[in-house]
Amino acid sequence: MRLTDEEKAMLDGAEGPAVAAAMDLLVRYGDALGAERLCETRNVAGTMTQPSPVKAKLVREGGWAKSFSVINLDCDDDIEIPPMRVPTCQLQHGFGDDALGVVPYPPQMVELQGDAESFFGGRGVNILATCTPYQVGNLPVRGEHCAWMESSAVVYCNSVLGARTNCEGTASTGAAALTGRIPYWGNHLPGNRHGTHLIESRVPVDGFLDWGMFGYFVGDLVQEARPVVVGDLRRPDLGDLKHFGAAAASSGGVEIYHLPGTTPEAPTPEAAFGGGRVPEPVVYGERERRRVYETLNNQGTSTDVDFVLLGCPHASLDQIARAARALEGRKLNPGTELWIMTPRALRGVADRSGYTRVIEEAGGRVLTDSCPAMSRSAPAGTRVFATDSAKQAHYLPAILGIEAWFGTLEECVDAAVTGRWRGDLRTVEAAR
Amino acid sequence: MTIQLRGRGIVPGYAEGEALVSHETISGWGGIDPATGTIIERRHELFGVCFTGKVLVFPGAKGSSGWSGFFQSTRLLGTAPLAMVFTTMTTKAALGAVVTRVPAMSEFDRDPVDVIRTGDWVVVAADQGLLTVTPSS
Repeated sequence: MRLTDEEKAMLDGAEGPAVAAAMDLLVRYGDALGAERLCETRNVAGTMTQPSPVKAKLVREGGWAKSFSVINLDCDDDIEIPPMRVPTCQLQHGFGDDALGVVPYPPQMVELQGDAESFFGGRGVNILATCTPYQVGNLPVRGEHCAWMESSAVVYCNSVLGARTNCEGTASTGAAALTGRIPYWGNHLPGNRHGTHLIESRVPVDGFLDWGMFGYFVGDLVQEARPVVVGDLRRPDLGDLKHFGAAAASSGGVEIYHLPGTTPEAPTPEAAFGGGRVPEPVVYGERERRRVYETLNNQGTSTDVDFVLLGCPHASLDQIARAARALEGRKLNPGTELWIMTPRALRGVADRSGYTRVIEEAGGRVLTDSCPAMSRSAPAGTRVFATDSAKQAHYLPAILGIEAWFGTLEECVDAAVTGRWRGDLRTVEAAR
Repeated sequence: MTIQLRGRGIVPGYAEGEALVSHETISGWGGIDPATGTIIERRHELFGVCFTGKVLVFPGAKGSSGWSGFFQSTRLLGTAPLAMVFTTMTTKAALGAVVTRVPAMSEFDRDPVDVIRTGDWVVVAADQGLLTVTPSS
């Protein structure tokens, strides 16, 4: 890999041992990829604060500096950690103190994470604590080179915002934060961003459930490739595209898609394919939609629901408001809990707008920072859960060993109130 | 009789040992348990199988961006594979191999997942870009 003089100086220790270690990791990583050079970035989204048994041991040995050195720089030396060189944010992590007494999550982990927030906040890390940094203060501009983790955020960043990031990891984001560099490879190169597959929906894709199912179909079909989606697509909003991308990055590894007429790099289908030939479409019709619905709903046998989870990826204000409307004047079934996950900054707005009060009066909870999958925590004794998120229905049964149902927000709220799953795709279709 | 594959060294170094071949891509987060070095994804062909000390041969990485962090943990907990040999290059697999700090190769003239079988003896010479396979039977 070719380094600039400034990058060579960083590698040689001109800016201290931590920056040298960061540059060393980037060189090893760039060489592994086969990248020719690094590019400059001023936008890093990574993870350093979430506690784990391995980190707890490192912190006992040498504080959070030791943890950052080993985990985020892949360096074995005891070194001081300077302030981050470029704007950096913390993605979702463990539960915070607002979950104490609600979520069965170890209080010592909450305390450890609080220490980490002080340490890294003091070094310029914005503790956004969400999988959706683009909702709360980190909105990259078109063409901006970013170094982001979190598959659902990566696909949103590339596709909806037209910024450029690969699916980075814990060490590459740590190194990027201290150097302002990341390998110029993959999605950073304009020629690697054009579509590879055309998928045409012959059924209306309208609303959160539809966009999630369509994303799940598209990801399973193309795996790591770059889909262009057309057809009977009704105008999506932030929540719809958040859900679509997260689903496509769960059933497959989609990091960028194009929605001609909506996403910024695809004014037309031809442009989405880089001016090249537009391939024959793969069709998403009634049969395909039914199959996706059945796949997401084949992990449940009991219709007794004891946990309802909304907000994966972290809920938008619109989703919280809709949940509040659906819960207004109702009470949850005594044996069922309902959690809505959202960034803490949006939780503040939900509090001021009265949504949180309505949800809590019904017996539900608005929680922040984490999710059941990240923290491996659901209400004690949960056997069957329901969700409106294709991603959470995909991951949580394996992570927690529980059954799952997938449906609309309204069906999930109905399950929370009655304790029974009564979701049905035909009912959803009939209500269109 | 041995079979030779030409590829690119991803992480420099030399290792030789027994192959463990996965025909399916591997998840890090939600896919492996670093404490025991085993595959924990329920529907995976290698569910419950330990990769510690093996030359792990697989098509590529899938799933969460936590992939590299989970494989880094196998090094820290002493459960890492001996070497990594994979078909498709991605940021997850490249960074994962780097932080696992084991010899790694990819970008071969033939797909290693088709050529190598579990139990074969594999010599990984990453600096030379050469993989030598001695079939077990």
